Amino acid sequence: MNLSRREHLTGRVFLIALVVVTLLPFVSMLSAALQPRGTVPTGLTWPSDPQWGNFVDAFTAANMAALLRSSLLIIVGVVPISVVIATMAGFGLGHLRVPGGRIAFALLLLGLTLPFEAVITPIYYQMRDFGLLNTRWAIILPLVGLYMPFAVYWMRAHFVSVPPELSEAARTDGSNTWQLFWRIQVPLARPAIASLTILLFLWTWNQFLLAIVLVDDATKRTMAGALGAFQGQWGTDLVLLCAGSLLILTPTLVVFLIFQRQFIKALLQGSVKG
Amino acid sequence: MTPAPGSAPPGRQATRSSTASVRPHRNRWGRTARWAGWWWVLPALLMYAVFVLRPLALTFQYSLYHWNGIGVARWAGLDNYLTVFTDRDLLKIITNAFVLIVFFSFVPVALGLLVASLVRRITTGTFGTVVRTILFLPQVIPLVAAGIAWSWLLSSNGLVNQVLRAVGLDGLTRSWLGDFDTALPSVGMIGAWVMLGLCTILLVTGMSKIDPALYEAARIDGAGPVREFFAVTLPSLRQEIGVCLTVTVIAALASFDIVYISTSGGPGIQTTVPGLEIYRLAFSQRQVGLASALAVVLMLLVLACVLPIQRLTREDRG
Repeated sequence: MNLSRREHLTGRVFLIALVVVTLLPFVSMLSAALQPRGTVPTGLTWPSDPQWGNFVDAFTAANMAALLRSSLLIIVGVVPISVVIATMAGFGLGHLRVPGGRIAFALLLLGLTLPFEAVITPIYYQMRDFGLLNTRWAIILPLVGLYMPFAVYWMRAHFVSVPPELSEAARTDGSNTWQLFWRIQVPLARPAIASLTILLFLWTWNQFLLAIVLVDDATKRTMAGALGAFQGQWGTDLVLLCAGSLLILTPTLVVFLIFQRQFIKALLQGSVKG
Repeated sequence: MTPAPGSAPPGRQATRSSTASVRPHRNRWGRTARWAGWWWVLPALLMYAVFVLRPLALTFQYSLYHWNGIGVARWAGLDNYLTVFTDRDLLKIITNAFVLIVFFSFVPVALGLLVASLVRRITTGTFGTVVRTILFLPQVIPLVAAGIAWSWLLSSNGLVNQVLRAVGLDGLTRSWLGDFDTALPSVGMIGAWVMLGLCTILLVTGMSKIDPALYEAARIDGAGPVREFFAVTLPSLRQEIGVCLTVTVIAALASFDIVYISTSGGPGIQTTVPGLEIYRLAFSQRQVGLASALAVVLMLLVLACVLPIQRLTREDRG
């Protein structure tokens, strides 16, 4: 008993140390963001007169309203389309078991570990030929394609586990494939769909490479891409850079804190399956 | 997955139909119906083909040409690949990626294992929830933000040097990301910070699933905490360790965001990684062929690292 209590204590100490290390960068950024503009901040010093107004300055400098709008438009373009077509494909491959489906699935698996850098150059020229460079479509369309290996893999894994008797019953009741899909399979797949939605939302919001390669205008990029541009512009003004970075982080943090349970579950499952 | 309560009761009808035929799937739906299923798969495959398979094929094709992206492409054969494997700078850049694996993968997995074996259950209670939430923050924020935060932390006025000065180690202070010796390990530390939480939670979750009887048996056999770790914990966590390694090795080899923001590959090419070099070659140097050859090599490297990990850690799952 004594031993296990001491173990428990050491464990807690380690965990708390981890938590502190995780939080330090954020706290250090906050302390820098509250220093007076034009000064050179040092490490972690709480300012005697915190300049909360820096956040207002950063909000205008970063053009936050436009950035939020842009990120949301990209999310709205990417996530629903990806989720719907991946769910359909997962249903086709995992449940209807289309002839030759194994080949299609193997082809998709090929992309599962693909680094985005491996295809970014041809995607750039492809987008140029489509005349879509510097529009949000240049981020949206490739992302949908790049998400397909994981998304279909994810949804197929769900549909494979659904007992076939279930649709057999629906068929006996006279429903066609379309009704079977929407009325029975999709409602049952809701947890899998929700996790996928969360993961794709997060990955799209944080997508950097595609944003900086395919779109020059920071106000047409994802949040991460916009943050990169903000750093390029204000890199020397550390106070404003920290304030701006924290502002750009806030939306993700708020969404994460509200749905933290679902996020963590999705991230854990996502890494296990991926 | 269990059907949600309130959905159609499957039990009764299912029994009825499964007695009617052993494989209802095949017998009831005609051949045409099964082919018609392709309509469901087609949209996803189409997007995949246009935005992944075609670019992938083009990467292979570009890699065989000298091309500046605008003018006429000249056939290069395997020249670009030869350059990738003989050019000193490019070889150094590939080595950098492997150095990052140590930081992105081994550090978080080792530390995660240490913590996991020290705590049996942090998944319960408010304390557990708060810890989990905080440890997941680095996974949720953009890597770019992690890069900015850490650039500040590691700068000459940053927290790291402040702490060193406070404990009297003034001699060690430096601009960590700008110093030739410390730049790459510093970038690695940022990656370790990003991956640590995910690995820890995955391993702790895995540990909570281990049958306590195994530990009891080990204790009865007289095993100390260390023996217990190697005899029970480590083998039971094989799959979770595999997942951690897979995720982090891919992140290390394909790293771009953190490096681009924190050092842009400098000083010199000290922290340049293949992902960044592909970007630089293709979009600033206009050496599309060479960039593509490096991209192919990077892809093969990822596969060469990930497939053995998968094989070693997942074989018992069939």
